[in-house]
Amino acid sequence: MDITLQQVSYAYAKNTPFEKRALFDVNLDIPSGSYQAIIGHTGSGKSTVLQHLNALLKPTEGSIKIGDVLVKADQKNKHLRKVRQKVGIVFQFPEHQLFDETVLKDIMFGPMNFGVPAEEAKSRAIELSRLLGLPEEVLEKSPFDLSGGQMRRVAIAGVLAMNPEVLVLDEPTAGLDPRGRKEIMDLFYRLHQEKGLTTVLVTHSMEDAARYADRIAIMHDGKCVLEGTPQEIFENEERLLDYRLELPQCVKFQKKVEQMMGKKLPTICLTEEKLAEELARLMKEEREV
Amino acid sequence: MLEKMIFGRYIPGDSFIHRLDARAKLIFVFLFIAIVFIANSWITYGVLFVFTFLIIRMSKIRLYFLINGLKPVVILIIFTFLLHLIFTKEGSIIFEWKFIKIYEEGLRQGIFISIRFFVLVILTSILTLTTTPISITDALEALLNPLKKWKLPVHELALMMSISLRFIPTLMDETDKIMKAQMARGSDMTSGSIKERMNAIVPLLIPLFVSAFKRAEDLATAMEVRGYKGGEGRTRYRKLEWATRDTVILLTLVVLAVILLYFRQ
Repeated sequence: MDITLQQVSYAYAKNTPFEKRALFDVNLDIPSGSYQAIIGHTGSGKSTVLQHLNALLKPTEGSIKIGDVLVKADQKNKHLRKVRQKVGIVFQFPEHQLFDETVLKDIMFGPMNFGVPAEEAKSRAIELSRLLGLPEEVLEKSPFDLSGGQMRRVAIAGVLAMNPEVLVLDEPTAGLDPRGRKEIMDLFYRLHQEKGLTTVLVTHSMEDAARYADRIAIMHDGKCVLEGTPQEIFENEERLLDYRLELPQCVKFQKKVEQMMGKKLPTICLTEEKLAEELARLMKEEREV
Repeated sequence: MLEKMIFGRYIPGDSFIHRLDARAKLIFVFLFIAIVFIANSWITYGVLFVFTFLIIRMSKIRLYFLINGLKPVVILIIFTFLLHLIFTKEGSIIFEWKFIKIYEEGLRQGIFISIRFFVLVILTSILTLTTTPISITDALEALLNPLKKWKLPVHELALMMSISLRFIPTLMDETDKIMKAQMARGSDMTSGSIKERMNAIVPLLIPLFVSAFKRAEDLATAMEVRGYKGGEGRTRYRKLEWATRDTVILLTLVVLAVILLYFRQ
């Protein structure tokens, strides 16, 4: 499902003394099946953009096309349910949305709201809990008895259970331990590839953006200031600093090595694996010469 | 939707009203509440109305914003107006349609009560809109201080009040966040039959309670860690200072009371 933002502007608390413009003329094109990262420092408008992606917020100016639904300021809420089923959002700290008696019921909540029969919702829940590495006995427990990491997984399962076509992630791994982080990010990537899920990742982590995304958009002061492939985005360090962002760790490392060796690698390496490969090849070449 | 609510919110500003001592404002509002009940005729209610508008002007809060924020109360005012209009049966009949009879006295009472309600709500809102919650509690604590002699836990009461005021916006934001998260999961609180809406409230309330309790616990721990042990021997960073203008504003109330007593029937 394609999502296109056209000149989207948004102001919180419009017409009150608390009015605050959060977005200015944002244009962004998220083609079906792509993995789009949105990065930016705190307060840059990332989360506001994200809430537009399934019409929780309607732009005060401009429009958003989500699949074949056009969302504008004066749009009635009626047509938006369809959108919400197709676009699943994993909010920051999604464990705060758990409420039901058992984990199973909580995961089934989303799909059942959209009219999925109970049996089907249940089988989805069981399948997803396995996928997310939740032990079987957890399903009958209260979500409030779980550990933080498990609660996070349950909440994510609750969103995935709706079978969305687009998955929007807002800092999905904030506050998790490094291993849980990697597991969950890898899972999202696998779903993205296997099911062809269009994925939008809002993150502070340059490393995650570099590793997983096809395209990256940089938000700064409510504007989308830069958009391109990870290679293009991480080419220019000064420009990133202007937006109070940094290079991913491995690109930083690459730059340092290049400086010390007085040589340049052919490409910017976005993951540690790729960097190791390139460096090994470089060293082999050196030895042969 | 929730961002339009103005109860308990503070709008930073530098008007005459903003600069008043919080104690003066608090006494002012309490006395005003009493004085409002003196009014009982067209002239006296007119005076109250004008007085209230002067105060609004002096606070430099936009009228549109004030009225917009008080919408829920306006509905209540209209409701009480209608009740008086329909159920008071005194004076001559001024309007008759089928079984509905509207009496002169009913109309009069309805309008009076509405004005009374309106000025009270406006003035108390202005108090909270122009005074930081912290200075309101400081003022309350200062004013209640004499009651300590009778073992009233003044400091604790003030603290309770400041904590609850402080957490109104936080809980509002939290509600907004959870509401959005559940809406993204297809729960719909804004449409459907009453029963459906009631059911949709559960997924909102439970997480809200859970997080409120968690917050309370964290706050208690944080306070203890920073050595809080009640009001005994606690010094203050902000000092309340009584200025001439505070005396002046209270004197205007005396003038208002005298005018009202004079024109009262």
